[in-house]
Amino acid sequence: MHLKYESQLREPLVDGVKDYHQVTEDIVRPIEAKPSKLWYIGFFVSASCLLFGVYSVYREVTYGIGQWNLNKTIGWGWDITNFVWWVGIGHAGTLISAILLLFRQGWRTGVNRAAEAMTIFAVMCAGQFPIFHMGRVWMCFFIFPYPNTRGPVWPNFNSPLMWDVFAISTYFTVSLLFWYSGLIPDFGTVRDRAKTKLRKKLYGIASFGWVGSTKHWQRHEALSLVLAGLATPLVLSVHTIVSMDFATSVIPGWHTTIFPPYFVAGAIFSGFAMTQTLLVVIRKVFNLQEYITLGHVEAMNKVIVLTGSIVGCAYLTELFMGWYSQNKYEGYTFWYSRANLFSPYGWAYWGMMTCNVLSPQIFWFRKMRRNLFVTFFMSVIVNVGMWFERFVIIVTSLYRDYLPSSWAVYYHPSIWEIGFYLGTFGLFFTCFFLFSKYFPTIAIAEIKYILKTSGESFKAKVGSIEMQGVEEFASEHAHIDGHVVAGAHSH
Amino acid sequence: MSKKKFVVGAFDDEAVLFPAVKKVRMSGYKIHDVYTPFAVHGLDHALGLRETSLHTAGFIYAITGTCTALGGISYVFTYDWPVNIGGKPHFALPAWIPIIFELTVLFSAVGMVLTFCYLCQLAPFVKKHHFHPRATDDLFVMVIECTAKTNVDDLQAFLTRNGAVEVSVQEAETEWWVGTYDKEQRLIKDTDFGVA
Repeated sequence: MHLKYESQLREPLVDGVKDYHQVTEDIVRPIEAKPSKLWYIGFFVSASCLLFGVYSVYREVTYGIGQWNLNKTIGWGWDITNFVWWVGIGHAGTLISAILLLFRQGWRTGVNRAAEAMTIFAVMCAGQFPIFHMGRVWMCFFIFPYPNTRGPVWPNFNSPLMWDVFAISTYFTVSLLFWYSGLIPDFGTVRDRAKTKLRKKLYGIASFGWVGSTKHWQRHEALSLVLAGLATPLVLSVHTIVSMDFATSVIPGWHTTIFPPYFVAGAIFSGFAMTQTLLVVIRKVFNLQEYITLGHVEAMNKVIVLTGSIVGCAYLTELFMGWYSQNKYEGYTFWYSRANLFSPYGWAYWGMMTCNVLSPQIFWFRKMRRNLFVTFFMSVIVNVGMWFERFVIIVTSLYRDYLPSSWAVYYHPSIWEIGFYLGTFGLFFTCFFLFSKYFPTIAIAEIKYILKTSGESFKAKVGSIEMQGVEEFASEHAHIDGHVVAGAHSH
Repeated sequence: MSKKKFVVGAFDDEAVLFPAVKKVRMSGYKIHDVYTPFAVHGLDHALGLRETSLHTAGFIYAITGTCTALGGISYVFTYDWPVNIGGKPHFALPAWIPIIFELTVLFSAVGMVLTFCYLCQLAPFVKKHHFHPRATDDLFVMVIECTAKTNVDDLQAFLTRNGAVEVSVQEAETEWWVGTYDKEQRLIKDTDFGVA
């Protein structure tokens, strides 16, 4: 029984004539069919990148950090840039599933599953960088506070780097739980349709024995809601804490209080861009255009233009403060190292400005927001821009600091640094290909829940009633002399 | 483990299911459970199930996390190994807020998911009796427990009259997982009943 009523004026979230069974069919079909040739090609390309990454990391572990072109001055380079970039991408999924759930945004149901999966894979990729940057990676468990035989010597809980350990690991765990608890009922659906014994067995294990009891659904709803409530401040806290890695230092260009909101906005910006990149492809390849509609794409593009503009405001505020503070180190970093196109890294700053601030403004136009080619192209541009943002923040603040004698020569990454980055792409896409083949890429139960309020064929039935209602309303409220009919025209 | 007899009625529309649930309960039958492909809001009220206390559990886990973080860090930095970090106070509460917050969330989330799995008896390798395979696809399956007094044929006809598209009689073992809600479900005569 649907007590929620949705206006006819709202665009349907599920196109086409559907019933509950058709929804199951459409979403489970890619799982039951044999993967296409394109899938195999994509999978093997990703897996090869992953292998190259594994070899790059093997070199780094065997021969030490010297395999990367970091130096005393630029101690953080590609590795931490990539770390922040991946963590940022990992923000969209939980934002979509948690914050949009609390805001009751119906369109999240079409995209939340894939976005959450993306979050989890992105955080997995992000985690690799600080772990391997430790150098002696086999000692990495030293970061956890446990009673040890070295004193015990505890980690420094006052350090933002330690906060990061807690933030990222909590974020990963909570996202994973949220994602999997949503998957349980859908695995149940896949299991009950399974034709082969092996499939039945495997999806049976994955579904935890779910049968859809009313009491279980009641608890499941409560769980989702509370997890969403917990994940909402968590999402904001994670990139806030990442930004504090920089903001609590005294390096010009890092030492700014604007960092937490600016990083969070940037994270949502890049996360939505990556979600677009993946979903534009998925909806086409798996024929899910009726579930991930142009309306969904448009909604996400709106978030992109909003967050892109917030990030733009932050860039301008930083420049303003660089001048207004009259601090010569700040001024040097912002106005020479960054904003001056002819300084060694000026190109990176202006690349960032173009990709992140100027180009997303195209999404003020509805036609562009609903154009898939523009969306796909822009989603890649935004992610390039966001990579540059982190590179600019990290490298331009480091390469020339207070002491000119330690100013670094030009920093360029070694092949193993690039290989490591490429490897995380491999990891990300390998996981995503496996996910898209073996998991329901759209939350089946949630789509069924909104079907009767937001499905196209159901809305059409409601439509006539609604229009009649407007006319009745208008005639009731018409002026006595009868020639001004309020409401009739505006609708 | 004794076998029990159930009358199973499958409905294809939740709008038909709700009045049927009401009528079945009004007639004094005991609904064992209703299996649905998605969360049908208000069905738990219609069945007379009480509200879940999972939220409360989540709150308790959250407080546990807060206390663990605050207690642990205080112990380490003020008692076990007070390190002088730039002359700053040992009890540096503001600097601990991020970790305290993260552990609060972590404990609450993990605790709630485990509690959820425990209460619903969900785990890998658990297999439950399925009254209708399409209950996870497109049917809303009402399962009524038969007692010695139940006239099975009457009940089946009653369900069909109230919109069930498929009716059957099944036997299932009442194992630990069957999980009847004897304690939860209030009988219809005890309570004012309304479809929420």
